[in-house]
Amino acid sequence: MDTRPDESDVSLPTLGVVGMGRWAWRQLTSMRTALFLLLLLAIGAVPGSIWPQRNIDAGRVADYLASHQSTGPWLDRLGFFDVYSSPWFAAIYLLLFVSLVGCVVPRSRIHWRAMRAQPPRAPRRLERLPEHGQIEVDASPEVVLQVARAALRGRHSLGRHCRVRSDGTSLSAESGYLRETGNLVFHIALVVVIVAVAIGHLFGWRGDRILVTGKSFSNTISGYDTFDPGPWVDTEGLSPFTVAVDRLDVTFEEHAGGAQRGAPRDFTAYTRTQTSPDAPQIRQTLKVNGPLKFGGASVFLLGNGYAPVITVRDASGQVLLHEATPFLPQDANYKSVGAVKVSAASPRQLGFFGFFLPSEYIDEQAGPSSFFPDLKNPALVLGVYEGVLYPQGRPQSVYTLSTEKMTQLNSAKGEPLRLLLKPGQTIQLPGGRGSITFDSVQRWAGLSIRYDPGKVLALGGAVAALAGLVASLMIRRRRVFVHVRPVGRRTVVSIGGLAKGEDPRLGATIEDLLSTIAERTGTTV
Amino acid sequence: MTNETLALYANLGVYSAMAVFTIAMIAFAMDLAAVAPKVSAAAPETQKEPALAGAGSSVNAPAPRVEGDGPDLPRTRRAAGIAMMLTRLGGLLLIAAAAMRGLSVHRPPLGNMFEFALVGCMFVVVVFVAISLRRDVRWLGLFVVGPVLLTLGLAITVFYTDASELLPSLKSVWLVIHVTVATFSVALFTIAFSVTILHLVKTWLEGLDRQDSVGMSRLRTIVNTALPPARSLDRTAYGIYAVAFPLWTFTLIAGAIWAEQAWGHYWNWDPKEVWTFVIWVVYAAYLHARATTGWSARSANYLALAGYGAILVNYMVVNVFFVGQHSYSGM
Repeated sequence: MDTRPDESDVSLPTLGVVGMGRWAWRQLTSMRTALFLLLLLAIGAVPGSIWPQRNIDAGRVADYLASHQSTGPWLDRLGFFDVYSSPWFAAIYLLLFVSLVGCVVPRSRIHWRAMRAQPPRAPRRLERLPEHGQIEVDASPEVVLQVARAALRGRHSLGRHCRVRSDGTSLSAESGYLRETGNLVFHIALVVVIVAVAIGHLFGWRGDRILVTGKSFSNTISGYDTFDPGPWVDTEGLSPFTVAVDRLDVTFEEHAGGAQRGAPRDFTAYTRTQTSPDAPQIRQTLKVNGPLKFGGASVFLLGNGYAPVITVRDASGQVLLHEATPFLPQDANYKSVGAVKVSAASPRQLGFFGFFLPSEYIDEQAGPSSFFPDLKNPALVLGVYEGVLYPQGRPQSVYTLSTEKMTQLNSAKGEPLRLLLKPGQTIQLPGGRGSITFDSVQRWAGLSIRYDPGKVLALGGAVAALAGLVASLMIRRRRVFVHVRPVGRRTVVSIGGLAKGEDPRLGATIEDLLSTIAERTGTTV
Repeated sequence: MTNETLALYANLGVYSAMAVFTIAMIAFAMDLAAVAPKVSAAAPETQKEPALAGAGSSVNAPAPRVEGDGPDLPRTRRAAGIAMMLTRLGGLLLIAAAAMRGLSVHRPPLGNMFEFALVGCMFVVVVFVAISLRRDVRWLGLFVVGPVLLTLGLAITVFYTDASELLPSLKSVWLVIHVTVATFSVALFTIAFSVTILHLVKTWLEGLDRQDSVGMSRLRTIVNTALPPARSLDRTAYGIYAVAFPLWTFTLIAGAIWAEQAWGHYWNWDPKEVWTFVIWVVYAAYLHARATTGWSARSANYLALAGYGAILVNYMVVNVFFVGQHSYSGM
């Protein structure tokens, strides 16, 4: 830097823009800053496990905001419900990776040079090194150096691949270059993992679909209930596969007691798939740990539930609606909520909203409940509304009823009408509004389809990082120096050692070297 | 189908192991208490590093290295010998208990918190016994058996879950790979945690020592003479962390592969994933601090303690209280 202060000037030296930049860069790439950022990353990740996250469960976030009127909006503004996509979290890991790259690049250059260079010349005074030892042997200096060279390459010393430099009366040997190589590989591989995550984020997509048994869906945006593409996904070019679910087998724990009773034990979906509309149909089973694969996309079985088949007729017996309606499970015993929307009903549209209970019983406090997740006593409990189903044509969830333009029907006693239906049962609606029939129960499979083009790269990066890590922690970088000095017909051998990082066995290695040299030169100690 | 008789025998195995460890713990404590007066009376300054510390720092001639106790402890440590035997016995009982638990449900015993705790304790004891075959670690016995006993007690009372089958998402070969390695590395972190605590205590005492060696209380004398020097403790802990950290990295990777197969995304910031990541980052910071000039071993060791705190949170808080896809505590 050419900004050396003038002798008379006692104020701080001016760094200039370049100087400031260089200073900032040096700070950012220092080990201390990296350490600080690492700790910040750990602390920054924690809120995401405490508060519900939108990317995992948007419903819980909405519940939280509703029940925490004062703190909720502030937490939201600070990004506590989207921690891992919040600017401050991104700032931490981006700074960390800039710091990492800034550290790794110069170190790689230095290491590249060191790997091709000779070990440094032996220092004059070996007893100043942290580990050292000395003996006198019955052999000439030349013989001793030869023996020492062989001993250094021994398996328990520096190994066959150590590099040795000889200067007439001394040897210097160095081993463990792979320690630094491993260290660099580890850090570079972490950058690869981050790049892979970014690729997955930009080019990957996920879609979810609830598919009632007997139905099929095809891989187009309109085929999904929800579709969440990355910003650079070509949504027109999805591969045109189809999946039909013929049957879904579900097993629950019947024997164990306590919290384990009713726990899910096995889900198997029997499917027919086609990779394109013209391709032959293939029968495949889809299980929880066994996704279906279509090129890069995989189909996962992530949920299941019940879809009661319901028929609604008008007063003349004309069928207004006949379909299997998926209900969403709310608890471990599959107490499920759903809505049946009869837009064909006139003069006012009809809506049914309520519960499906696979094993129905009436709880004194909670009302209609389910005691087991399987179909032991299936029942539908529904309230009836009439009015306008879709006010202003706004989109709405298929599982709930928007009742702002609807009124609930009452029973003869003036209480809200509650229908309890068992399979096969038909109930006439009051006031000649027709009837509702609960025909049967089908199951639905919750399919999640995902495409992540970065995942193979991420795995490769992670495995490389692990390999580099193991090398950098297990391999010892050592330098060992040998001096010989003739004393009459005998020779004094001094050995000194230096290690990078922790190396508790270096002292023992030097002892072993000395005794090997003594032994091979026929000296008895 | 579960075999309830076998599960019952497994619990009996845990109870007997606890009884054995209790006696072992008392014996270890008696041994430590007995070390102090004799050594300190004879020569308080000549205490040598035990075998774990490696060779001495300076050698003038290739002398045969001393095996076994080293010159510092010439007396026979009967209580420690009994304690070590009992620890091995307890370890065998835990292996038997874990095996019977697994046989009773026809799967690896890695499905709920009780089983994690049981297998984790088994690994702690097995690793400790394995180290003790090569090195004198009798000073560590009390601080390994104590936590094991505490964990087993919690496992059989608070975390206990009836033997039963697994959730569908857990039925995978990755259960064995991911959870076994996770449990094993937690076992290593546990032992290292004990050593780190001892290191901090010892550093503190050595500092006091230099200031006034006269006013040392008896307890302080015991602790100070029973434990290896602080530097050796620190090296031991570092050596264990250096093995545990790659294993934890492997746990993370294996978990991501499994998550990709079971849930369709290799990383989704589920609370368990978050805490596994936090643990990884904190221990990475520890290793980083070791290589950073200007950070003393002591401040680095505080990071290691924070890492173990995160492990405890990951096991006891995340499993039970946080909502996520890893809700397998069985509680």
